[in-house]
Amino acid sequence: MYGKGRIIPALIIFIGLMTAPMWYGSGDASKLPNPEKPKGYTECVEDTQYMRTSHMKVLNDWRDDILREGGARVATTANGTEYVRSLQNGCMKCHNNREKFCGECHKYASVNPYCWDCHLQPKEAM
Amino acid sequence: MRILNPLIAVLALVAVALMAAQVPGGQGLIGVVLPYLAFAIFLGGFAHRVKTWAKSPVPFRIPTTCGQANSLPWIKQNKLDCPSTKAGVIGRMLLEVFLFRSLFRNTRAEMHDGPKLVYGSSKSLWLFGLLFHYTFLVIVLRHLRLFMDPIPAFVGALEFGDGFMQIGVPVLYMTDAIFVGAITFLFLRRVVLPNIRYISLPADYFPLFLILGIAITGILMRYVLRVDIVSIKQLTHGLATFSPHVVGEIGSIFFVHVFLVCALMIYFPFSKLMHAGGVFMSPTRNMMNNSRMVRHINPWNDPNIKPHSYEHYEDEFREFMKEAGLPVDKE
Ligand code: HEC
Ligand code: HEC
Ligand code: HEC
Repeated sequence: MYGKGRIIPALIIFIGLMTAPMWYGSGDASKLPNPEKPKGYTECVEDTQYMRTSHMKVLNDWRDDILREGGARVATTANGTEYVRSLQNGCMKCHNNREKFCGECHKYASVNPYCWDCHLQPKEAM
Repeated sequence: MRILNPLIAVLALVAVALMAAQVPGGQGLIGVVLPYLAFAIFLGGFAHRVKTWAKSPVPFRIPTTCGQANSLPWIKQNKLDCPSTKAGVIGRMLLEVFLFRSLFRNTRAEMHDGPKLVYGSSKSLWLFGLLFHYTFLVIVLRHLRLFMDPIPAFVGALEFGDGFMQIGVPVLYMTDAIFVGAITFLFLRRVVLPNIRYISLPADYFPLFLILGIAITGILMRYVLRVDIVSIKQLTHGLATFSPHVVGEIGSIFFVHVFLVCALMIYFPFSKLMHAGGVFMSPTRNMMNNSRMVRHINPWNDPNIKPHSYEHYEDEFREFMKEAGLPVDKE
């Protein structure tokens, strides 16, 4: 093999970079986000698994529906609990601690929604 | 056929992944066993290919010289295009690797009436090649959010910059759109230009389709079908910390995506994609053009074969030369 002095260190650096997540303090994979369950409510606006994957779509649909189509501001869950279709007055009424609910998952998945540039979060978490 | 077969191959991979994701144990196979296997083949194969290249001796200077070589003091040398120093080679290499400088010089040949052959500059390959590679890099780096905890700050910064346009929810990443556009261009280029189509092989189309498949499944997963990222990170983060398990309800689309990525990793070391390592190893790029300053001796010359100077040659053949009427230095 020619150029050993350069090629072997280069390969080691390459493999080191590629495997960085494996050796660079990647933490404990069993440490999971634990979004706080809302007190006094038993169901979300949609099925829980659907909320896990698609809550941003729900929000976006509400926003477009209300602000552009003049859609209803109030709706009911599958079991008849009435809620406001709103980020501040809906989601955050039941999930009233942004840090302990939304933040749990969002920190874990590196998500930083820009909604809070304008929308207010519940007082107690501010 | 040269286009259709690779397309069918990629669609077959998608079908296999879709089916495997349904059968019991299949998710563990695609989500846990295959990624480790593919990653090992990728790293091992990459190192192996580089090692075999390193075995080829390159005793003589064969750099492509695209400019004035180092010469007399009043002739201006083109230090980057015909480097004669280490620094020049490093500069040339950096520009090549980070900016694809040789593609920038790409030309197009056209036949005009006359008949006249006309060369024009052709920057689109350079532009879309560059866009393709850089968006790919950003996309790969963004994926680190799924493999690390805590997530390094630069990943968040990339996400912020990438989603800067704030289009839709979840925000549209610019790189996703540019990436698909660039692959589409690279594909159309091979189909539309007759001379490029003529030299395109299945090995050219297959990686394009495979990467396009990865991009499409990724985009579907983020914007259309949506998947449970928390469960997915549990799996992927587990892969990085050697404690993976498949939990929760992860959509099949995720397994198709992972399957295609694994296929790419396995395919990589055996394909033209190895230009990633090859660019550093190509003697036409990484050698300095100093043949006029340094004598390069072939390392495997037989030491028993002594140099044979012209004087000796003439001594040996003087009589024959005279007979043939050739001029000789010494009578
Ligand atoms: C009526 C009260 C209520 C409203 C309004 C509401 N949620 Fe929920 N949400 C709940 C409850 C209760 C649960 C827990 C359900 C369960 O454990 O099955 C939940 C669960 C969730 C989950 C899944 C959490 C987990 O443990 O994985 C998400 C995500 C979520 N909600 C987001 C939202 C968003 C976003 C909104 C606004 C669009 C919203 N919720 C509006 C009551 C509500
Ligand atoms: C530029 C400031 C701004 C940003 C950023 C913003 N919103 Fe809004 N949003 C508004 C305003 C203003 C309204 C109108 C409030 C009204 O008329 O009730 C609104 C209304 C809404 C509504 C419907 C009514 C209500 O009271 O909630 C939803 C849902 C909503 N936004 C969701 C979002 C989401 C989700 C995001 C982040 C992806 C977001 N918004 C980001 C300004 C903003
Ligand atoms: C079960 C974990 C979980 C909970 C709880 C949760 N989110 Fe999310 N959220 C996510 C994930 C994961 C994403 C990123 C999806 C992606 O990257 O494709 C996300 C994305 C979003 C987005 C889109 C962000 C973007 O990039 O545009 C919005 C808006 C959002 N969440 C709002 C909320 C709000 C408001 C709450 C609290 C009421 C909440 N989420 C609670 C997991 C969660």
